[in-house]
Amino acid sequence: MELLIDIVLLAILGIIAVAILWTRHLFVATMLSGAYSLTSAALLVALDAVDVAFTEAAVGAGISTVLMLGTLTLTRRREKATNRRVSIGPLLLVIVTGALLIYGTVDMPAFGDPNAPALLHVVPEYLAGTRDDIQIPNIVTAILASYRGFDTLGETAVIFTAGVGVLLLLGRRREEDEEAGTRRPEREA
Amino acid sequence: MLELILAKYNYWIVIVLMMAGLYVVVARGNLVKKIIGLNVFQTSVFLLYISMGKVAGGTAPILTGKDEVFSNPIPHVLILTAIVVGIATTALGLALVVRIREAYSTIEEDEIDEAESLDMTADLAERRR
Repeated sequence: MELLIDIVLLAILGIIAVAILWTRHLFVATMLSGAYSLTSAALLVALDAVDVAFTEAAVGAGISTVLMLGTLTLTRRREKATNRRVSIGPLLLVIVTGALLIYGTVDMPAFGDPNAPALLHVVPEYLAGTRDDIQIPNIVTAILASYRGFDTLGETAVIFTAGVGVLLLLGRRREEDEEAGTRRPEREA
Repeated sequence: MLELILAKYNYWIVIVLMMAGLYVVVARGNLVKKIIGLNVFQTSVFLLYISMGKVAGGTAPILTGKDEVFSNPIPHVLILTAIVVGIATTALGLALVVRIREAYSTIEEDEIDEAESLDMTADLAERRR
C-alpha cells in the first residue's frame, strides 16, 4: 500500500513537471510549481519525513508561490512567444547528466533497505542520545537544534544575507524614484 | 526484473524530475520560468535525499517509548535546512528579476542580450567621436 502511494504520487509529480515545461503562461507555471511542492509534501509524509513535509508545504507551496506572484505583478504574465522547438544543446546536456546520475544509482542500496550504510554509523548514536541525553521525543528536532546546532546557525546567517540582499536590491530603487520623481516603467499587458 | 525496478524506482523518477527542472533552467529564456525550473530541480533533490533515508516498514523518527524501526532522521535534518536556504535564494533571485526588469524593461534573456550589445555599440561610437 505504501509503495503504491509512493508510485502514484511520483507519477503525479512527473505529470506536473511536464506541464511546467509545456506552459507559456507564467501564472499557470507558478501555480503548477505550488502544486508540485504540495504533492511532494504529501510524498514526504509517505516517506516518513513529517517535519520536512510541513516545512515544504508551508515554505515551498506557500511562501515561494506568494513571492513569485508578487514578482509577476511587478513584471509580466507571459513568456515571450518563441517557437516551441526543442533546443538540442540543453537537451543533450540534460540527457547526459541524467544518464550519469542513473548510472550512479546502480551502486546505491535498494529503496527502503534497512541495512543501508547510511543507517549504520551515527544514526544509532543519535537515537540513543536523543532518548538518554536530550530527552525530547522528536529526533529530528534534537539533531537540528542540538547535535547540529552550528549548521542551523549557519543557515540563519544565509537567510540574513539573502534578506539584506533583497532589501538592497529593492529598497534602493524606491529612494531613487523619489529623488528623481520618476515612475516605474508601465506594466505590460 | 520487477524487483530491480522497484528497488530503484524512486531514484530514477526523481532523477527524471531533476532533469526536467534543469532543462527549464538551461533552455528557457524567461527569467521567472528559470527560477520555477530551479525550484522543481531543488524539490526533486529533496525527494532524492528523503528517499535514501526511508526504511521499509519504518516510521517517522519520533520516540514513543515503544520499540519501533525509524527512518533515517539525518537526511530530514539536512533537507529542512536546504528548504529554508532554498526559499532565501529564490527570494534573492526574484528580487534580481524585478531589478533587471526595471533596468531593461524585459525579463527575456535574448532581449537583455540585445539591449546590452546595443549599449556597447553606442558606447564604442561615442568613444570614436
